[in-house]
Amino acid sequence: MAIKLRTLASSNTPGGISIGEKFRDMSWLLVLLVTAIAGIGFAMLYSAANASVDPWMSRQLVRFCGGLVIMFVVALIDIRFWMRHAYAIYLAAFVLLVYVEFAGEVGMGAQRWIDLKFFQLQPSEIMKVSMVLALARYFHSLDFDRIGRPLPLIPPLAMILAPAGLVLVQPDLGTAGMLILVGGALFFAAGVRIWKFALAAAAALAAIPIAWQFLRDYQRNRVLTFLDPESDPLGAGYHILQSKIAFGSGGVFGKGFLMGTQSHLSFLPERQTDFIFTMLAEEFGLFGGLCLLGLYALVFVYGYAIAFKARNHFGRLLAIGITTNLFVYVFINAAMVMGLIPVVGIPMPLISYGGTAMITVLIGIGLLMSVHIHRDVRIGQRGYGED
Amino acid sequence: MQQNQQAHLRLFTRRTALLGGLKLALLGTLAGRMYYLQVVDADKYATLAEENRISVRLLAPLRGRITDRFGYTLATNDQNYRVVIIPEQTDDLEQTLRMLSLILPLSESDIARVLRDAEKKRAFVPITVRENLVWEDVARVEINTPDLPGITIEVEQRRNYPYGGLAAHVLGYVAAVAEADLTDDPLLELPGFRIGKTGVERQYDVSLRGSAGTSHVEVNAIGRVIRELQRKEGEPGQDIALTIDMGLQHFAQQRLAGELSAMAVVLDVVNGEVMAMASTPAFDPTLFDRGLTTAEWQQLVNDPLHPLTNKTISGQYAPGSTFKMMVTLAALASGIGPSHTVYCPGHMSLGTSRFHCWKKGGHGTLDMLRGLQHSCDVYFYDIARRAGIDAIAEMSRRFGLGVPTGIDLPGEKPGVVPDRNWKLGATGEPWQPGETLVAGIGQGFILTTPLQLALMAARIGNGGMGIVPHIRREAVFRPGDQPGAAPAGATSIGVAPEHMLIVQEGMNLVSNDPRGTAYRSRIEQPGMELAGKTGTAQVRRITAAERASGVIANEDLPWERRDHALFVAYAPVASPRYACSVIVQHGGGGSRFAAPIARDILIETQLRDPASRVPAPRIAAVGPR
Repeated sequence: MAIKLRTLASSNTPGGISIGEKFRDMSWLLVLLVTAIAGIGFAMLYSAANASVDPWMSRQLVRFCGGLVIMFVVALIDIRFWMRHAYAIYLAAFVLLVYVEFAGEVGMGAQRWIDLKFFQLQPSEIMKVSMVLALARYFHSLDFDRIGRPLPLIPPLAMILAPAGLVLVQPDLGTAGMLILVGGALFFAAGVRIWKFALAAAAALAAIPIAWQFLRDYQRNRVLTFLDPESDPLGAGYHILQSKIAFGSGGVFGKGFLMGTQSHLSFLPERQTDFIFTMLAEEFGLFGGLCLLGLYALVFVYGYAIAFKARNHFGRLLAIGITTNLFVYVFINAAMVMGLIPVVGIPMPLISYGGTAMITVLIGIGLLMSVHIHRDVRIGQRGYGED
Repeated sequence: MQQNQQAHLRLFTRRTALLGGLKLALLGTLAGRMYYLQVVDADKYATLAEENRISVRLLAPLRGRITDRFGYTLATNDQNYRVVIIPEQTDDLEQTLRMLSLILPLSESDIARVLRDAEKKRAFVPITVRENLVWEDVARVEINTPDLPGITIEVEQRRNYPYGGLAAHVLGYVAAVAEADLTDDPLLELPGFRIGKTGVERQYDVSLRGSAGTSHVEVNAIGRVIRELQRKEGEPGQDIALTIDMGLQHFAQQRLAGELSAMAVVLDVVNGEVMAMASTPAFDPTLFDRGLTTAEWQQLVNDPLHPLTNKTISGQYAPGSTFKMMVTLAALASGIGPSHTVYCPGHMSLGTSRFHCWKKGGHGTLDMLRGLQHSCDVYFYDIARRAGIDAIAEMSRRFGLGVPTGIDLPGEKPGVVPDRNWKLGATGEPWQPGETLVAGIGQGFILTTPLQLALMAARIGNGGMGIVPHIRREAVFRPGDQPGAAPAGATSIGVAPEHMLIVQEGMNLVSNDPRGTAYRSRIEQPGMELAGKTGTAQVRRITAAERASGVIANEDLPWERRDHALFVAYAPVASPRYACSVIVQHGGGGSRFAAPIARDILIETQLRDPASRVPAPRIAAVGPR
């Protein structure tokens, strides 16, 4: 807290901005978009509980309000603070990840969370934001000339693969994939040569048979089911099939709020978490689904605009990283529930019921806004203003 | 440095734009996928969603009732009230059961069973606590339902036979559907559905069954019913009216009750209606709907008296002397006149064998009428030999022997009327002349059912009309209909009327001439006289040694080796209307043991005269008279 106070007070330092100015400069349209998306989530959680605020909507509302406060605080904190402490945050998240590997709560066949009694902390969610921070700092500090050489790429590669590997053994295939995709996007944005991506892709393809050996049975089943979902409609393919039925039967304008038969009659699994987008598509149809995707698209555009306006490389990379992270959430979840990719446990950001994801997404948005507020701040290679 | 930064920014911008483009393409993929699912394939998935959601449940139709010819209910449906509990609707299952036991006596084992079932089944599946509740209990439970969460009363249809075992063999029984009974009727797969297994219940099962109604209910993924969307009541089963007169049936069954195993059939000689069809011992068909224990079932199946079998159509017995009318008619048809005489010295020799008459000293010289009246075996040896077995067999079949009568009941046996071809086919050996003599007195290979014998008597009584016995009334009669009209389809069996008159007169003499074998069992009431024929069928071979030392009396033989006692008759002689056959299995002599029963039944039949009374216009729901 002491750190925060000192940082918030940076308005006194030369080149700083007052809190009032920062507040006025806040991206209120972004706040509105985020609130609108979360509002859709509340409506869907209300419907998922068969027209009841309990047990999901009420708690989600509380988390969102708490998350919003955290988001504002994060946004107001000076961007240089985040850069200075990027590695420390990353390290803390990594330690939590290692901890959860050995002492975490087991749920649905995977070690994933730490039970904090009032809150189930999922370190893998925190890692998603922390990794973006750490990578943004690394590439910010890296000389532009050196980015073409292979050796400087080893530390950031380790920053991606170490947590991805830990998450993979949890085993959480979806989050591991997300970390690699977001990290890869940052490598790309930072200017790593394209042929290196081709090389990595080739290496990944070659590694598939080896990776297959390490997959758990249920993960293999998910992949196999994805390849042929109709083969076992009452077994592992049940979820995908029921989700597709919900989508298809929703049609163009849906069955109406609270009227989704697939979800209300429990044919849809996990309708309050991973399959909430399916429920939206069933009750509001193609129209409702496209509206939500449209709102997300606006958030992405906003993120890109912030990235382009930022005058420091850290901010630019952070904005792109955060936006890509959000995009990957949305894409994997939506593609998964529509049967485009195998079933993985990735929630729909701001919509799915779940505490850690909600808070970390809001922290991410906070960072995005911090980049926006501090867009004109020039940062040196170690994060102490312009050298 | 500045230049470097510019290049860096340009690269960043280019790369970021590429990333943004990729994202746009991926979002487009999502939108395309949604379009494909929700517009292109929408109909397919809408159908699948409905199939998921809607479960079609069958509603069992009410089974048709069975009534007698006057509308008295012989088989109906009772309501079985059951208390059921739905475990998920109560917080404390055991507590609720204890509360229930305060108003409805429950044993500890009942409670234990419900608790056990509740663990095995899904929480929304009702569990039967007690069934067969009386109305007072139902009312008491209904009043207290607010204090009994999860407790409800359910009603189930049960088959009830108000007369118990009185017409058990005619009615048959219903029981759970067996694997072999399955057809494409979905009703048969309904849990707890019952179908007819024997008798009329089986014969007219499809009519009685009706057709299923449907209830479209919305169910969730684990099969819980959320609500009913649509309901179509089924067609209740058709009511079936029988030709049976339950009053007469009751009388016949009672009259046979003194015998270990006996059968009686009463037919309307004009139209073939079965007025009564009794077989003892019988069973209570109501027990089958409740479900028999294995022990009860084993006992019924293994009983040597075959209580489950309708012996009037499935029991096959040598007709004995009741067959002599057939031999007589065969002889007449082959040109032997009624004045043909035979001298009976008490036996007849053929080759090295000697064939005995039942009367040891012999009958002296007899003509055809006297031969029938005295039932002289030697006379029939003679005319049987002259007529030949094939002529006898051909004549017998015209009267319904040796072929199924075509009655509308399942399980009818055809009996056996042997001829040369039959024996060659059945045993591979040629016919022996001595076998014709044995057949002449209704013994040997020949087997008949009680129904066939009644039909034979009926076709003699009606002058040779080929009526077909049946148990279901063709149509329910309306007031003003002429009762007892002959069915249009009946044709003559082609026996010369003058020959029929001779046989009828012979049977008249049997009963109404003081020297006739059944004179003691005549009907004395004027206008009700019967014409009959006794029969005593041996079931064992009497050896020469036994004959020499004196034939052992029936009373001294074990039951199963005693003779069958038979009697066939029709009445009244002047204008025949009813025919009757009686067989007392191992009963002894026909004149002593079967004829009195037939006489009593025919008196009762004529007193009741069911054929002349107009059946009730509508099916009446009242008890027996």
